[in-house]
Amino acid sequence: MADEAPASRPDLVRALRAAGFTALVTVGLLLPLIAFRAVHDIRNELVLETRWPLFAVLVAVAFVGRLAWELLPHDRLKLTLATFFQSPLKLAIAAAVSWVAAFVAHLTSLTAFGPKVALARLFAIVLAFCFFGFAIGAVAVWVTNRYPMTTEPGRHRRHQIGVGLRAGAIGFLLAYPLMMLWLAGAQGAIKWVDNFGIQILIYVMLGWGLNIVVGLAGLLDLGYVAFYAVGAYSYALLAKTFGLSFWILLPLAGILAAFWGILLGFPVLRLRGDYLAIVTLAFGEIIRLVLINWVDLTNGYAGISGVPRPTLFGIPFTAAEDGFAARFGIEFAAIHRSIFLYYVILLLALLTALITIRLRRLPIGRAWEALREDEIACRALGINTTNTKLTAFAIGAMFGGFAGSFFAARQGFISPESFTFMESAVIVAIVVLGGMGSQIGVAVAAIIMIGGTELMRELDILKEIFGRDFDPTQYRMLLFGLAMVLIMIWKPRGLIAARQPSVFLKERKAVSGAHVREGHG
Amino acid sequence: MEVLIQQLINGITLGSIYGLIAIGYTMVFGILGMVNFAHGDVFMVSAFVALIAFLILTSWIGASLIVLALLIVLILAMLYTSLLNWAIERAAYRPLRGSFRLAPLISAIGMSIFLMNFVQVAQGPRNKSIPPLFADVIVLFTANDYDVTISYKQLVIWLVTAVLLVAFWYVVSRTALGRAQRACEQDQKMASLVGIDVDRTISITFVIAGALAAVAGTLYWVNYGVISFADGFTPGVKAFTAAVLGGIGSLPGAVIGGLLIGLIETLWSAYFSTDYKDVAAFSILIIVMIFLPQGLLGRPEVEKV
Repeated sequence: MADEAPASRPDLVRALRAAGFTALVTVGLLLPLIAFRAVHDIRNELVLETRWPLFAVLVAVAFVGRLAWELLPHDRLKLTLATFFQSPLKLAIAAAVSWVAAFVAHLTSLTAFGPKVALARLFAIVLAFCFFGFAIGAVAVWVTNRYPMTTEPGRHRRHQIGVGLRAGAIGFLLAYPLMMLWLAGAQGAIKWVDNFGIQILIYVMLGWGLNIVVGLAGLLDLGYVAFYAVGAYSYALLAKTFGLSFWILLPLAGILAAFWGILLGFPVLRLRGDYLAIVTLAFGEIIRLVLINWVDLTNGYAGISGVPRPTLFGIPFTAAEDGFAARFGIEFAAIHRSIFLYYVILLLALLTALITIRLRRLPIGRAWEALREDEIACRALGINTTNTKLTAFAIGAMFGGFAGSFFAARQGFISPESFTFMESAVIVAIVVLGGMGSQIGVAVAAIIMIGGTELMRELDILKEIFGRDFDPTQYRMLLFGLAMVLIMIWKPRGLIAARQPSVFLKERKAVSGAHVREGHG
Repeated sequence: MEVLIQQLINGITLGSIYGLIAIGYTMVFGILGMVNFAHGDVFMVSAFVALIAFLILTSWIGASLIVLALLIVLILAMLYTSLLNWAIERAAYRPLRGSFRLAPLISAIGMSIFLMNFVQVAQGPRNKSIPPLFADVIVLFTANDYDVTISYKQLVIWLVTAVLLVAFWYVVSRTALGRAQRACEQDQKMASLVGIDVDRTISITFVIAGALAAVAGTLYWVNYGVISFADGFTPGVKAFTAAVLGGIGSLPGAVIGGLLIGLIETLWSAYFSTDYKDVAAFSILIIVMIFLPQGLLGRPEVEKV
């Protein structure tokens, strides 16, 4: 167009004005908390330190960021991105390019020295992630185009692929610790099996348990960590007092947690929405405060240590004569217990998923989902909402109890510190970010959020770039909170928002979550 | 009897702080129907800003003009927190308006986690303590060798709270802004049809809520002299309890609820056990929600199909 050039001048002015405004707000917001820092000096008096360079950098970043955002041709960019992400060929090329770039970065990291090594290694890791993303995207887009859902053979083939993928995922999960053992050795694998594998699986299980309450029954529970705590303390106290084994106490802890779930469920039957959220939050806090203050029973802040570890049919994982290693004639290694615990939590998590999938098809599961969509219609249909809510609370709490007793057995030490509101918030975030009700979504969200924050621990590379004092782990929860806000703005219904009916005639049609209006359940 | 009166004085002091925070919850809930979970952390941030402003001022003008310094600190904290709350609404809540009902709550929880950790990273995890301000007390009367006292600090807190509540009440009930706010509370679509800028009204609501939280934060910091990054959560939940107790959406209810929670907490600590004072506050929340879900002054919720 001919008049494009003169029209762009006011655009620039507008963009500059917007960027200036953003910079001004940033100055206002960061001036007291970033530019100044209150620290106690040697005489324990508060004095101020200043950090003007950091402050200036952050304000400049805000200015440039807003300016770039305003000047980007959003419509054209969106179109380009959309065509890019719909073409398997382009995605495959992008994957190949990032693979080559990652390889080059890796080679550079071997030859360069000083901080350049760290930077090159960081690039190599990021590019490797890009490669996997693009490659998976290319295959997925190709499959979607090749087998459309509109034709019968396409649907059939998609179904086959879906079954294959699930089998593959379970196979991968089963092989994961052994793979890590093979790749990283007995010492190096502990981190990958314990910090990543077990930690993520605990949150996947908690997410799936809470998914029953929040995702299926639509009851927002902000005190889920209370049941996790009940499970953990039941196991720790009963095992230490009566010397019972993990396998006897695991179901018992689940039953106790379910009992507490019903106990919470009764008073809150009439509440809905945000009110329910706040009362469950208060309930969770009461449990935690009682755990802190009832020192005779729980040992207060100090917690309970020396919680017995689970055994494999009575064989402990110790270096002793009757230990696992000696019994099987292999060399003792700490990794054996981690691998065993990994399989235990994998089994528990898969059990949770399986039971939930089966329950959804039963009348009770369908009643939960009906309750989530519209409580009044539910009552009009003659569904007993009291029983429906109580079973949701009880079954959700039971899985929380299982996870709690596993947690106590894995850690060997528990204290009220592990059961703060923050844990509940993290679990709720996983369920909502994953897409309420979607099992795959919850698992993906747990992997991204927990795996991501655990990965922050591993980024020693950043230390080499930003200096010795830089501690990436500090930023874990900061980024977690930021990610919660951003994902909500980007996808308010969670990562996987499609609704699939659990009972259907002839063909299963997925409905986008945006078309489902939830009542005030 | 003497102990009771002393505890009443302490309880009203604590209760006015809770009341100021509770107004923020109740206003935002009234207009948007969401629990602004980050409000407790906004309160905590304001206390930090007050601390830093105080340190800057005392390093300039010395410790002589402490009353003037505190007044400036209060105004600075109010300005800062207004800006912060405005920015939070703009960035984290406005894009989610009209979205599905859990989205703003999750966003608010994320914001709360973000603010808490931002302060931890920016200012360090240690408690920040200052030497006590206005430590002098007035002895009201003495009975059975027990001095019933009221400190200057407490008087300042009462006075500031009372002045601000009157000003706030005037704004909401007597000005065009207050009318617009009440109109948006009742029906946003209808309000926009009669020419009220709903977005602007909501922004101003957040600004006022932030300013009141800053007053609470500054007073809390003056009263206790210690602040840490984790101090937003518990007062926040208690203030929410106060808002619910008074009837959420009702402004006088929030103040009355705040005073009641403050009194219950101090009396419980004095006569039973300090350890379980938070348990008492949370139990009250649960009991009120079960038996009196609309609160003391709230309107019962009518369910429409």
